[in-house]
Order: sequence, then structure tokens, then C-alpha cells
Amino acid sequence: MQTTLEDPAGPLLEVRGLTKVFGTLKACEAIDLTISRGEIHALLGENGAGKSTFVKMLFGALEPTAGSILWKGRDVAITSPSEARRRGIGMVFQHFSLFDALTAAENIMLSLDDPAPASAVAARARDLSRTYGLPLDPNAHVGDLSVGERQRIEIIRCLLQNPELIILDEPTSVLTPQEADRLFETLERLRSEGRSILYISHRLEEVKRICDRATVLRHGRVVAECDPRRETAASLARMMVGDEVQPVIRDKPAAAREVLLEIRDLDRRASHPFAVPLAGINLAVHAGEILGVAGVAGNGQGEFFEAVSGEALQERPDAVRIGGKDAGRLDITGRRLMGAAFVPEERLGHAAAPFMTLSQNLLLSRHRTDARAFLARLGIIRGTIVARAAERISAAMDVRKAGDDPEAAALSGGNLQKFVIGRELDRQPRVMVVNQPTWGVDAGAAARIRQALIDLAKSGSAVLVISQDLDELFEICDAIAVMHGGRLSAPIPVAEATYEKIGLLMGGAEPGHAAAPMAEAV
Amino acid sequence: MRIELVKRPQHSAMFSALSPFIALALTLGAGAIMFALMGKDPLEALYYFFIDPLRETWSLHELAVKAAPLILIAVGLAVCYLSNNWNIGAEGQFIIGAILGSMLPVMFPELQSWIVLPLMLLMGILGGAAYAAIPALLKTRFNTNEILTSLMLVYVAQLFLDWIVRGPWRNPEGFNFPETRNFHSYAILPEIWPASGRAHWGFVFAILAALALWFVLSRTLKGFEVKVIGQSPRAGRFAGFSRARMVIFAFLVSGALAGLAGISEVSGAIGQLRPSISPGYGFAAIIVAFLGRLNPLGIIAAGLVLALSYLGGEAAQISIGVTDKVARSFQGMLLFFVLACDMLIHYRIRISRPVRAIGGEARAHV
Repeated sequence: MQTTLEDPAGPLLEVRGLTKVFGTLKACEAIDLTISRGEIHALLGENGAGKSTFVKMLFGALEPTAGSILWKGRDVAITSPSEARRRGIGMVFQHFSLFDALTAAENIMLSLDDPAPASAVAARARDLSRTYGLPLDPNAHVGDLSVGERQRIEIIRCLLQNPELIILDEPTSVLTPQEADRLFETLERLRSEGRSILYISHRLEEVKRICDRATVLRHGRVVAECDPRRETAASLARMMVGDEVQPVIRDKPAAAREVLLEIRDLDRRASHPFAVPLAGINLAVHAGEILGVAGVAGNGQGEFFEAVSGEALQERPDAVRIGGKDAGRLDITGRRLMGAAFVPEERLGHAAAPFMTLSQNLLLSRHRTDARAFLARLGIIRGTIVARAAERISAAMDVRKAGDDPEAAALSGGNLQKFVIGRELDRQPRVMVVNQPTWGVDAGAAARIRQALIDLAKSGSAVLVISQDLDELFEICDAIAVMHGGRLSAPIPVAEATYEKIGLLMGGAEPGHAAAPMAEAV
Repeated sequence: MRIELVKRPQHSAMFSALSPFIALALTLGAGAIMFALMGKDPLEALYYFFIDPLRETWSLHELAVKAAPLILIAVGLAVCYLSNNWNIGAEGQFIIGAILGSMLPVMFPELQSWIVLPLMLLMGILGGAAYAAIPALLKTRFNTNEILTSLMLVYVAQLFLDWIVRGPWRNPEGFNFPETRNFHSYAILPEIWPASGRAHWGFVFAILAALALWFVLSRTLKGFEVKVIGQSPRAGRFAGFSRARMVIFAFLVSGALAGLAGISEVSGAIGQLRPSISPGYGFAAIIVAFLGRLNPLGIIAAGLVLALSYLGGEAAQISIGVTDKVARSFQGMLLFFVLACDMLIHYRIRISRPVRAIGGEARAHV
């Protein structure tokens, strides 16, 4: 098992000229990459740079158009994920595929190629969790576990196959700072055993901290290979984007002005067994203000968003007030007509219909607010006007796409996110509510989205940002409140907030919160 | 050994477009095998089944007579299926539309005026829509499965028709046959070109309905709503579209069109109510809807194909002496191959042998 860094047998994985073409789009072009044994190798790149396509080819989920993969010096064709696993390549996906109603051990069992009894799986899982410092109860139901714990299931599931190369796709995007630290310890232990890790992340500080080497992709090509420890975050970002990332510019916090979005004593019962009930939520967002809601995923953010957006109605009309008027009994269309705009967390299937074109997806959220422009009599859609508006949004937000009006599912995550945010900004909404604005989005796109939100606030709108990314909240918000277990803390002005303070609240150190209206707290 | 369906990362646009034709070809191939097994010359049988009915003007009219209800029902079903509402009960809605529409000529035969026919059509539409509203309301209020409720209501409608033509509505001058009185001339849906054949205005309604729904589905916000809710319910809710209202809308539209088909068939093709007024149009229309790719224009073509299978069944019965059940098996094979082709465009089959577990570990039933 003990293998040294300098392996006489050469690199573990060598990729030569790997290319993938979709129609006219070259997603990956002649990529060369070498991973040695016992190395944590970072794969960096903007959205649409070809990272996902590249790892899908390594993992056998996509077939390369050209090029070769040398695994332990032998030219191999990886035709399916199960074959990749057999050869010793494991992958932990950004989006987990776990059944909420089953236990951790049952979930692991389902993914095994060789069927084995549940008790044996549980025992091996327990061994692995002890060896690698991944605390997990194999008999716990996944629905009851935090996101960090769910990720551990995925990692253990992967380790059970005894992989020599582990691919991690944005592993820390859902973790608290404390959970991320624990993950890094696990990764270092895996490295010390001689296993290799391909680490995909857009968090440059992290990459500098744990990765030995980095390969940077831009527009499907390798543009740089470097030792991230010798680079600065800014120089890495420059390699990814091609030019200096614009730092987000923020004005002084807005003075307390008119309250445009107000939540009063919002309660919501759990609508299904795995939903988080909301209790006694109060908040107020003023004109020109950005209020952040921090919290680890699965603490009620999704339920809160649905309540604010009107996808779920409230019992009391004054539980949600928009622009000083009661909106609690209005549906999402009614709230939009009051000047509010919403961007949910899930891009595909919630913010956008995957198999509809961008212009159809523009209509999705704006068919009523812009009915005069987009619809003729009898509800006939003015196709060219809608398509032109979609094109305007794509241009304004620099959405990169293949073809004039592609289906939403054909865009990379970051580009689709830019589109769904641009779709709402294009309306100049008075109130904007965004859930996870830059989740899984690369540095360049994230900076653009954040700047757009700040500009919107500067123009006098109220912006509510729900995010798990603390860096982001500190960068753009005037005040940050923390959601934990379906409750919301009082907002802390960003000048007084520290990572530790917020991190502790995220971990539930101070359950409950001040129920007072927060006008004076801001 | 394990057989798995694995989703293809990209599916071919060409094969998606060709799918109905491939299905048709496979159906013909399987049909030829079936005829051979029955001891008939397959080529001759297929000729009588699919070519012979197209050679005479009068039989082209018959084709239109059969296609009219199929197209009318299927375009309505397309609205249902596109919005993810599984109305399987069009046969029942067809029958109730026919019964309600027949009320005037059967119960008030002395009312003889040009107003009778429009009223009959209107009542047929209302009857079908009202009957379709039952599974829709059950679904929105009690979250029942509309596949089951709409299907079960078909049998209710069939038995109700059977009872009413044997009982209260039996023709007093009909020698105790289970039939209503013949409709008077004001209650008959006229033929389009009486000189050349029997095709009645029901076929015109079918084409108009298909064109209208094609326009609604492809050009208007309502059509957009139908497709969004069907493809992506959560995005539909985000758009502010109500799923419950869509359930009602889709069922009312398809029920109304099935009802119109029912009364058109009775007043155009049959001229009275009988215990059986449909050779399964409501079910065959499901095949038509899918063969036409849920696109109203495609449905016109698919309706003609299915109508041909009915005519071919009759022709083959006479000329080569096979049972008319053959038509049903053709329809069944066609649906099977359409669905199979669509499935294989999106998925591929993988046969995997499990690697023997080390140490002969028991094969757990997962």
C-alpha cells in the first residue's frame, strides 16, 4: 500500500490530446495532463471551460472524440463509469445522488457492482470512516443527515472501491468552513497513502492550500500548469479568466431607507417528511440594501425561498410585505407584479425548464410582467421580440452559448446562472430575492453576478441573497443573518461580522434569535 | 445476467424524427410474420390490409369516416399528455358525448328544425367535457390517479349506454331491437360530398380542431403553459402556472373533443344509438396521439394510418378470411413499436454479467 511520491512505474494517469466536440463546439481541445501517484492535482477553469466534460471522459460518462488516456502507462478506453471504478478511478460528484428515505449503508450498497449484504457493507463503511476521519453512522437515514455528512457517504462509497485516483467535483461548495477543514485532513491522509486526487474547485485559496499542482483550462484548452503554492489567488484567477478579475466595488452601506421587503413572524409547516419547518422569521430589507442569509444547506433556505417567492402561500397576508403592501396571500405572479423578482437555487428544473430554449425560459418568469411587450392579442407569443430580449440579456451578462437560442440544458451551469439572473435584472426589479447566486459558478461569472447585484442595490432596489458561500456574503452584503434549523438570527452588520461569529451561528451555536423587527439593527 | 437501460448522453435528432416511420416499418414486418404463421401469404395479406382500401373513392371516404373520431380525440389527448395528465378514458367521454348529444332526436323527435343539429353538437361537447371533469376533479381534490379513474369511467359509460338503448331509449317501433329510433333528417350530420361517398362533416371538424390546437400549442402562452407544466412542473410553478387549473383545462379540452367525436359519429356515420357505437376509437386514439408525436399536425397523418388499419381489418376479413381481431393486433404492435423506438432513442440496452463475488459470496437480493 505504501507508495512513495517518486514512483518508478511513471505517472498514474497521463492524458494526451484529449478532445471532445459537440456539434460545432469544441468543449475540450487537445488536453494534456499528467497526474503522479500521491498528488493532489487541481483542475481550474471558468464555467464552460471544459472541466466537467474533461472529467466525464476520464470517468467514462462521455466518449472522447480524439486523444488517449494512459492509465499506469497503458493506453485504455474507459467506456463506462463502472469500468472506471474497476480500473481504480472513483468520483465524488458535486450533486449527490442519494435516496433520502434509505440509510447511509443502504445507499452505499445500492451503488456496489457486486451485491453484498447490508451488514457487511455497514461494517466496512464504519472501518473506512474511522480510518479516514469521516465520522458517519451507517444506519442513519440520509434524510436526517447534514450536507457534510451526505458528502461523507459519497466519499466512503467511493473509497469502498479502493480507488487509486479520486475525482472530487467542487467538494467544499456545500460545506461550512469547519467541515471543509475536516475534509482537507481526510484528503491529506489519502495522499499520504499514495492515492491521487483530481480536485476541481473554483475556490482559489483552497487550491493554494492543499493542491500540489494545478492545471488551468480556458475555452477547452490547457492554458497553464503551475504549482499553486507559488501563485497568488489573483494570478490563478488571471490564468482562468485571461484578464484581471474585476474586484467587486461596493459603496458605503445604504442609510436606512424605505423598507421594500419585509417578513413578519413567518412560520411554515414542513410540507413533506424531509422538509425543514420555518419558525418565527423576521427580516426587513431596505431600498439600496443587500441583506445576506448565511447557513449550511438544508437548514430551511429552500423552504424560506418558496415562502418569500409565493410558490408557497402564507396564511397571514402581512407575513410577507413587498413595497409596503401585504403580499402573503398572493402567488408568485402577484408578487412579481408588485415589482419583485426571484432566482431559485436549482437552475435546471426550477429556474429554467431544461429542454426549452432560452427565449422560452425568458417567458417563463416574465410572461405576465412583460405581457404588453411579449404577447399579442389572444395570448399569441411575439417570438421575435422575446428572442431579441433573450439575446439582449445574453449579451448584457456575457452568456456563452452554442447557437442562437439553445436549450437551457445545453448551457454550462455558470452561463445558465448568468442568464437566469440577467433575466430578472433586465426588469429592474425593486425587490430581488436570490438563492445561491453563484453556486458552482467560476470566478469570472461569479464576480459579474455579484457586481450586478450590487449595482441593482445601488440603483435603489432591495436585494436578499441566500448563500452558503461566506466569502460572497462578506463581499457584497450590508448585513448578514444566519439561518439554522428553520430559524433566522438577527442580522449582523457586515462591519461587525467575522467568519468565526457567522460560522458559529451556522453550526447552531446560538439557536433561536431575536424576534424583534430589525429596522434598527441594520 | 442483468439487462439495464442506460440513458444516452445525446439522442439523435434524425432518429427522433424517423421514429414513427421505423415503428411503422417494424409493424409491417411483424405483421407479415403474423400472417405467415396464420398460413396466409404475407405479401397478399399486407396488400389487402394496407393498399387495397386506398384504391377506390368510396373507400377513401370510409377512411375519412374512421379517421375523423381518431383525430378529434387524439388532438385532445395530446393536450393532456403534453401537460402530463394521463387521460385514458376518452372512450367513455366519446360515449357520454354521443348519448347527451342524442337526447334531442331521441326524446323530442317532434322538434324538427335547423337548430337541432347545432344543439346536438353543443350537447355532445358538454357531455364529453363534463364526463372528463370527473377524473380531473378527483385528481385535483383527492390526488387520485387519473389513469385508473378515467379508465374505470369508460366501463361505466359503456354499461350506461347499453342500459339506455335497451331500456328507456329503445325504439318503440324497433321490434325490440336494442337501438334508439333513427335520427330524423335535421339531426343528421351531412356528408361533405354526398355524390362520391359517406365522409361527413366530422372529418372537417377534426382537421379544424387539429389546426386550432396546433396553433394554440405552438404559438400561444397557453400552449407554452401546457408544455412547461408537462416537462418541468417545478419550473411551471415558478412561472406562476397552476397545476390544478391545468389538470382541469386539459381534461375539459380532451373531453369536449371526445364528446364532439362521439356525437359526430352517431349523427354522421350511424344515425342512431346502439349498444356499441365505437370500435375502440377512444383507445386507438392514444396510439394516434403518440404516433403523431403529440403534435396535432402529426396526429392528422397518424389518424389516417390507424383508420387504415380498421379498414384493412374489414377488407382482410372479406378477401382472405382472417378475423377482424387482426386489426387490433396491428394497432397493438404499432403502439408497442412506437414506444419501443422512442425508448431506444433515449436509452440503450446494456447486458451485464455480474463479476463473481469473491469467495462465492451470496447473491444478495438488492
